[in-house]
Amino acid sequence: MTLTNGTDAPSVRRGSYSITDHAFDVVVVGAGGAGLRATLGASEAGLKTACITKVFPTRSHTVAAQGGIAASLGNMGPDDWRWHMYDTVKGSDWLGDQDAIEYLCREAPAAVYELDHYGVPFSRTEDGRIYQRPFGGHMQNMGAGPAVQRTCAAADRTGHAILHTLYGQSLNHKAEFFVEYFALDLIMQDGVCYGVMAMSMEDGSIHRFRSHKTILATGGYGRAYFSCTSAHTCTGDGNAMVLRAGLPLQDMEFVQFHPTGIYGAGCLITEGARGEGGYLVNAEGERFMERYAPSAKDLASRDVVSRAMTIEIREGRGVGKNRDHIFLHLDHLDPAVLAERLPGISESAKIFSGVDVTREPIPVLPTVHYNMGGIPTNFFGEVLCPKDGDPDAIVPGLMAVGEAACASVHGANRLGSNSLIDLVVFGRAAGLRCAETVESGSKHRPLAKDAGEFAIDRLDRLRYAAGGTPTAEARLAMQRVMQSNCAVFRTGEVLEEGRGLIKDVWAQTGDVKVYDQSLVWNSDLIETLELENLILQAVVTMESAAARAESRGAHAREDFKDRDDGNWMKHTLAWADGADRSVELDYRPVHSYTLTDEIDYIEPKARVY
Amino acid sequence: MVEFTLPKNSKLTEGKVWPKPAGATNLREFRVYRWNPDDGRNPRVDTFFVDLDDCGPMVLDALLWIKNTIDPTLTLRRSCREGVCGSCAMNIDGLNTLACTKGMDEIKGPVKVYPLPHLPVIKDLVPDLTNFYAQHRSIEPWLKTSTPTPQKEWRQSREDRAKLDGLYECILCASCSTSCPSYWWNDQRYLGPAVLLQAYRWLIDSRDEATGERLDELEDPFRLYRCHTIMNCSNTCPKHLNPAKAIAEIKKMLVERRM
Repeated sequence: MTLTNGTDAPSVRRGSYSITDHAFDVVVVGAGGAGLRATLGASEAGLKTACITKVFPTRSHTVAAQGGIAASLGNMGPDDWRWHMYDTVKGSDWLGDQDAIEYLCREAPAAVYELDHYGVPFSRTEDGRIYQRPFGGHMQNMGAGPAVQRTCAAADRTGHAILHTLYGQSLNHKAEFFVEYFALDLIMQDGVCYGVMAMSMEDGSIHRFRSHKTILATGGYGRAYFSCTSAHTCTGDGNAMVLRAGLPLQDMEFVQFHPTGIYGAGCLITEGARGEGGYLVNAEGERFMERYAPSAKDLASRDVVSRAMTIEIREGRGVGKNRDHIFLHLDHLDPAVLAERLPGISESAKIFSGVDVTREPIPVLPTVHYNMGGIPTNFFGEVLCPKDGDPDAIVPGLMAVGEAACASVHGANRLGSNSLIDLVVFGRAAGLRCAETVESGSKHRPLAKDAGEFAIDRLDRLRYAAGGTPTAEARLAMQRVMQSNCAVFRTGEVLEEGRGLIKDVWAQTGDVKVYDQSLVWNSDLIETLELENLILQAVVTMESAAARAESRGAHAREDFKDRDDGNWMKHTLAWADGADRSVELDYRPVHSYTLTDEIDYIEPKARVY
Repeated sequence: MVEFTLPKNSKLTEGKVWPKPAGATNLREFRVYRWNPDDGRNPRVDTFFVDLDDCGPMVLDALLWIKNTIDPTLTLRRSCREGVCGSCAMNIDGLNTLACTKGMDEIKGPVKVYPLPHLPVIKDLVPDLTNFYAQHRSIEPWLKTSTPTPQKEWRQSREDRAKLDGLYECILCASCSTSCPSYWWNDQRYLGPAVLLQAYRWLIDSRDEATGERLDELEDPFRLYRCHTIMNCSNTCPKHLNPAKAIAEIKKMLVERRM
């Protein structure tokens, strides 16, 4: 294994680059919900904070979150953070770390009230409190039921409302934003993170950011797949930077398929649509979820619903000309309710499938939506990498939050509306941790003379890459392999084939051709850098999936249909070596303890909805 | 001196006509604005032919099809592809809108695609929005309160919350501001429809307690009163919001507080 960011000896560069040095107490990479909340927290604590983002903050993919944010406020009926915790543990199929889950659920209400105080335009109840709707897998009484209304909503634009509010708040603080800066690589020395290298997209200049803490908040990598609800920019850049730094990613085989992506376009229809009373039917007009999840029905966990839909289609009960999708009915709901609570998806359904939701069902299909896996962290957001027998050893200087991170609160399957709460709770936790561990203005450790040079070498190599494969072609090949060989249902055979196919694409990415050599807004180059990031994650996803010989949460093996706690209740760790294109796997234990004695460890049992 | 014609180096020229894709029978012509700051040439309009049988229905699908299969140097912003992030705002068929939610079938004849008008162009379809963002920042778009913060949420009635509908949905795509002739003329001093709609969103939020100082900041012949109800903003908004109405409401609040 090379530990010098997976690069070869320095190459001869063709271009020349101006390098600007910056020094901050804290550098956050990414300006979605988690990145903005961490930025806010660190700057509020008086730390000199920078936020680097490849898109203007309000364009981050948090903006597309619809249904809501989970917190046991109890505005609609009885609720308790312990119930929320039970549901999250069960949703995770017992792969989540219960200390982190306790932290999430216990802190959730305060984090939501804080969002209200920041100005988030939450929908309201009759008595003026935050409106909460039912969501999949959220129950009362430690899973016993009935369903609880726990998901705080701003109509069906909750992510948009939160992201814009957090951005506005951050303007009230002194954090410095570097907008349309593309992060290239971490600066690692002797296993310590010293900062990050980035390129300004506006002029191609290189920026070397030194920081006491570097917080990766770079989101998921949905674009490794052909059909996803994720934005074009969801390329998991931070995850790939971690792999290139010789550090592992965790639980990458767990990829969530959202049951209701719009057929064809892939755009999201919120689970809140089912929360408000919508239901799925097959070609026979049957509400088939009653068979698969007799008690929770259409509001079972996402992995359960996606598998049920896939089985219905596979057994010939899909709808449409090719019997290859499912209908989501909202047409029985009061048009006034649709207009008030689901206006955004009503519009999306019209635009992307020509459907008037008050009259017709929406054609939907399980679509890649969320990555449970990511950068292993503890509940402070500190990045972990096993060392000298300690599975929870901290990588000094490096933190991760949000979808990029794997704390792990979502384990093998995330519950709907637990993502937004993850962003703000752990974004806030990271800010607090920085306040505890960083002394504002303290001296930076000396950088090696060639620190970050490898990142410029990589950039230069790709900028002048003159192989035989256009970036778009290699990307499409990768997306098709992931879509066909690492999907809702998996078998050893299909995954084995996928390992070979995705390695072929990995090799192909060494032969890309970049057509644009300019330095100003070179999106051809950026897309190629993103492809290098995606393929690393695609490969470790496939390898991690092929190795896990059990079914758990979103990882459903037809050749190993049951969960196997004896052998597999452990987190996968995957390292990728870019130099010889190989992947190495190892495992670390799931935490079998909680954070406090206010709740006991929730023992694993069969997961039935 | 006011200049009524484009400077020489900004005049549009005819660009390259790219070859039609081989074997395609269902073609759509695209005329796309191109400008590269590095090549020293004037902006030009390239012609592409898109194979509709191999491409999604939206203008963004076609632009990405062009980028992926014909010319990877074509430069544009895009992200969510579902009309919520506001990245791909551009001038399509003479109207500012989002490429991702604009169906090609809504357009007759060749599809003409230009960057948002009256902004400095960085490259091709990517405009410089620095001034727009600075103006947004200038209205202090965050909740301001002076009474002690409650333990739980601020109470807000459903009626008061409903006043934010049609405002909070703004995605800051800048389609409206860059469609406004008054903004073209005074973009340094007039805040423009998008930013004023944002300003009204905070003015009308029942939780906000800085209404007076917010109004003071807006009471200015340029910042607010350059709106001449031309209404291009409301006509062009891809989210069907009504910035012109929000501006009128601000003006009303200013009148009312004098009475």
